[in-house]
Amino acid sequence: MPSATPAIEVADLEKRYGDVRAVDGLALTVDAGEVFGLLGPNGAGKTTTVETLEGYRRPDRGRVRVLGLDPIRDGRQLRPQIGVMLQEGGLYPGVRPLEALRLFAAYYEHPAEPEALLERVGLASARGTYVRRLSGGQQQRLSLALALVGRPSLVFLDEPTAGMDPRARATTWELIRRLSDDGVTVLLTTHAMDEAEQLCHRVAIINAGRLVACGTPEELTLQAASDETRFSAPPGLDCTSLATAVGLGDGLVIEERPGAYLVRVDATPQLVATLAIWLRDHDVRIGELRTGRRTLEEVFLNLTSEDGR
Amino acid sequence: MSASTRRAIAAQARVELLLTIRRGESLVVSLAIPVGILVFFTKVDVTQTSLKDPVQFLVPGTLALAVMSTAMVSLGIATGYERRYGVLKRLGSTPLSRGGLLAAKTISVLALEVLQAAVLLGVGAALGWHAMGSIAAAVGLLLVGTVAFAGVGLFLAGLLRAEANLAAANGLFLLLLFLGGMAYPLARLPGFLETVARGLPAAALSDTVRQALSAGSVSVGALITLGAWAVGAPLLAARTFRWEE
Repeated sequence: MPSATPAIEVADLEKRYGDVRAVDGLALTVDAGEVFGLLGPNGAGKTTTVETLEGYRRPDRGRVRVLGLDPIRDGRQLRPQIGVMLQEGGLYPGVRPLEALRLFAAYYEHPAEPEALLERVGLASARGTYVRRLSGGQQQRLSLALALVGRPSLVFLDEPTAGMDPRARATTWELIRRLSDDGVTVLLTTHAMDEAEQLCHRVAIINAGRLVACGTPEELTLQAASDETRFSAPPGLDCTSLATAVGLGDGLVIEERPGAYLVRVDATPQLVATLAIWLRDHDVRIGELRTGRRTLEEVFLNLTSEDGR
Repeated sequence: MSASTRRAIAAQARVELLLTIRRGESLVVSLAIPVGILVFFTKVDVTQTSLKDPVQFLVPGTLALAVMSTAMVSLGIATGYERRYGVLKRLGSTPLSRGGLLAAKTISVLALEVLQAAVLLGVGAALGWHAMGSIAAAVGLLLVGTVAFAGVGLFLAGLLRAEANLAAANGLFLLLLFLGGMAYPLARLPGFLETVARGLPAAALSDTVRQALSAGSVSVGALITLGAWAVGAPLLAARTFRWEE
């Protein structure tokens, strides 16, 4: 859904802390209305990048535009239009969720209704509990609500679901999807690959401050399609026998982890049929069969390995 | 100032005040200690100051003490923890400007000071205190003192870790209470300590407020000292303040 002005433009961004280049020549563009995921290992530069876009950090080099504005020079114009969820903290421990939301609502021209928003993030029952007594996941949801109360057109969510239980995570995902339906641009960072696959229209994988891949989750996993077929089954199958059956040399069928098998060949219809016959003959029930493409997690691990591939 | 800025500042000031009231221990420091000192030293001449009229001495002293407790200790400690909890950082990406935040904190500090002054003057009057001199001058001096102590409190809050700041602010409060000419006259101190004390904002504030409230003329030296702290401390705080711990 490209529009005239991208929501976020980053060109040749560099940010150093002492001798360390936290971000090293990063370039990316986020279109308006997109849910964009920034993935990368710890220390890859995700938070530094996000905080530069939020106006907290001054780039050492490069150009950053958020909603067409310079986050530092035009901060006064930009801040009413963005919502921010920091990776941690940012809440007064001594206030209650509804008080916090009402306070933040007063900063904005046309805020959302605090009570309704509290309901939407699933905190209605905790509205009168002091923030310091909320669980980590509840505090996360309050931070999320505070990021949304100003009805921003762009939200930055730094690890929004870290520490949430599965139900809270599902609520949050639903909320983010609805934001996107309403045309709000979302930039999120996450370590959860399922989250990125479920939510993001596009993801960027960064490693050591550099962009190593960018595209839709489908593109990334298809690009990385490999001559590999994987299936899960009870542990301890005879890999040599299976390799022989499907006409492969020894060592081309391996048990990667107990119960997780890898056949190092393209999943042709012929291979799948032969595999199925062998499984029937050995009365093996399989849990999962995956061919052709790798998961985003595998792509991620491959791209961000120590030697950088 | 636009209506929306005013609305934001009003909401912020309300929460700042609410948080101050919820921190019971800070209310103890800002109300119970000045009132306690006023009552105790009026009734019991432990320091053998042989003042003709102790309450006339103590009301201005405890007003200065109240300003010090609110503007330096309470504001400083609260701000230090807001830095620790990332609140200051988070506010940095909202439309509330730093000036707006400062305005809200100012309103909250002044509101608490008005409450303190009302209690101290009421208790003082009950103990026989009567106003002399210029109330307006005293108010002006207490405001200048507020700026000076807020500068000291925010300087520490913007520099030290929250726990170290807590200890430093409370320690400084105690030190300046002893060296502030608030509960007993500075002349009771040994000569060198008195000299040191006269350079500090606490004595400068309590002396000048006392002079203003006793129909005497305000000492120019003390006024210059107070003014220097009111300019220097906030400037230093502004230069060194780090918004993230």
